[in-house]
Amino acid sequence: MKLIPCPLNGLRPADEFVYGGEVRGMPDPAAADDKRWSEYVFHRSGIPSVKREWWYHLPSGYWFVLERDTATDQVLRTWSAQQIAEAGVL
Amino acid sequence: MFRAPERLDSHYDVVIIGAGGHGLATAYYLARDHGIRNIAVLEKGYIGSGNTGRNTTIIRSNYLTPEGVRFYDRSLALWRGLNDDLGLNLFYSTRGHYTLAHNDATLRTARWRAEVNKHLGVDSRVVGPEEIARALPMMDMSCGGHAPIVGALYHAPGAVARHDAVAWGYARAADRLGVEVHQQTEVLGLQVEGGRIRGVSTTRGNIATDCVISAVAGYTPRILNMAGLTSPIYVHPLQAMVSEPLKPWLDPIIVSGSLHVYVSQTARGELVMGASLDPRELHTPRSTREFVTGLAGHMLDMFPFLAGVKINRQWAGLADMTPDFAPIMGRTPVEGFFLDAGWGTWGFKATPVAGETMAATVARGRNHPLITSFDWERFARFELTGEKGAAAVGH
Repeated sequence: MKLIPCPLNGLRPADEFVYGGEVRGMPDPAAADDKRWSEYVFHRSGIPSVKREWWYHLPSGYWFVLERDTATDQVLRTWSAQQIAEAGVL
Repeated sequence: MFRAPERLDSHYDVVIIGAGGHGLATAYYLARDHGIRNIAVLEKGYIGSGNTGRNTTIIRSNYLTPEGVRFYDRSLALWRGLNDDLGLNLFYSTRGHYTLAHNDATLRTARWRAEVNKHLGVDSRVVGPEEIARALPMMDMSCGGHAPIVGALYHAPGAVARHDAVAWGYARAADRLGVEVHQQTEVLGLQVEGGRIRGVSTTRGNIATDCVISAVAGYTPRILNMAGLTSPIYVHPLQAMVSEPLKPWLDPIIVSGSLHVYVSQTARGELVMGASLDPRELHTPRSTREFVTGLAGHMLDMFPFLAGVKINRQWAGLADMTPDFAPIMGRTPVEGFFLDAGWGTWGFKATPVAGETMAATVARGRNHPLITSFDWERFARFELTGEKGAAAVGH
């Protein structure tokens, strides 16, 4: 079974977690034109790469950020909520 | 069944990336209907080695949007004549298709789809639990007591076909018209100059061409990246599994969105089963134990007597998902570069019509009328073709 490291709970089975999507910056809504905004809303970097993603540990109700290689599914590192704030991960 | 050309020419009128059903069908209709025969179809693996050979072979046209219904119904019309067209038995078998509703919300979508379908001349109707129980006496109508069936969308034309044969049939028919199918030929890059496509570089040399069609499903973002484009397409694995062969007992195709199950019985007696997408982006078609245990549990809710039946195989494909569960077809911002993608979990049934409309689009230089709602620009217009109610889980 696939295990995922949770900053709060340690290694837990993957089916305890919910994938919350890629960490992405939002352009300034007042400054972005329609094309830029539609690309922000819909377009994604779809090629395999190392990405930072939101993950949620369902049983403990805990959000964190995880770095993963989408080509191999290998988890490279995680950040707790506190580390997210301190490290400027977003 | 077809030639294996030894060398790649330095120029083709049209280069198609991907020798799956869609790419080969596009080549066939380009050659047959439009007289364009100087075509190379490039395939990094072997014919039909991608999602054409990995799907659960369900064919139907009971979609939600009028654009979707018209498009897929044209596909069904082509499917019905395809054995004769291609001179190959595709084991096309009309079974009838039930989309089960376990709650009022699903029943409401079923009514919506039935009315849109009827309006466009497609044979779909809502049926009640009594009729379902008569047609499927082997099914537990309470689904283990926790998801009682309250009705279904019944679609009489629902069918299955042998997916490998579809790829082989189109490959052979295209080959006979002069199309070259190059297997074991991987695309490494695209040459774009001044907003126009100029060529393709491959593991077997470079090709000059003014027209490239990408039909590569889960590899679409990588090909788009070679052309300097991004898109809304996101890749998730979609898994499936098959049981040991049983005596024939399940004639129709059964889909339950709430239980995340679709199942049909093949001519060989195996149960082919699928569920929903794997939840996270991943570019490896790997299989998981969680998939088998989850899907088997839901199968047993519906058919408890299968508890002793063994699962023979499981596999996965890479699904190119779009935000609105409709494909992205036709012209792109790069002149001469055409896309047949965003086929996510719903592409097999569209094989003939995708080939026909992509061929017409390329030959005429403008998107075929049946695919204008699937165009690349719809996201910039914030004008999506919302097909999730008919394409998600229900295949």
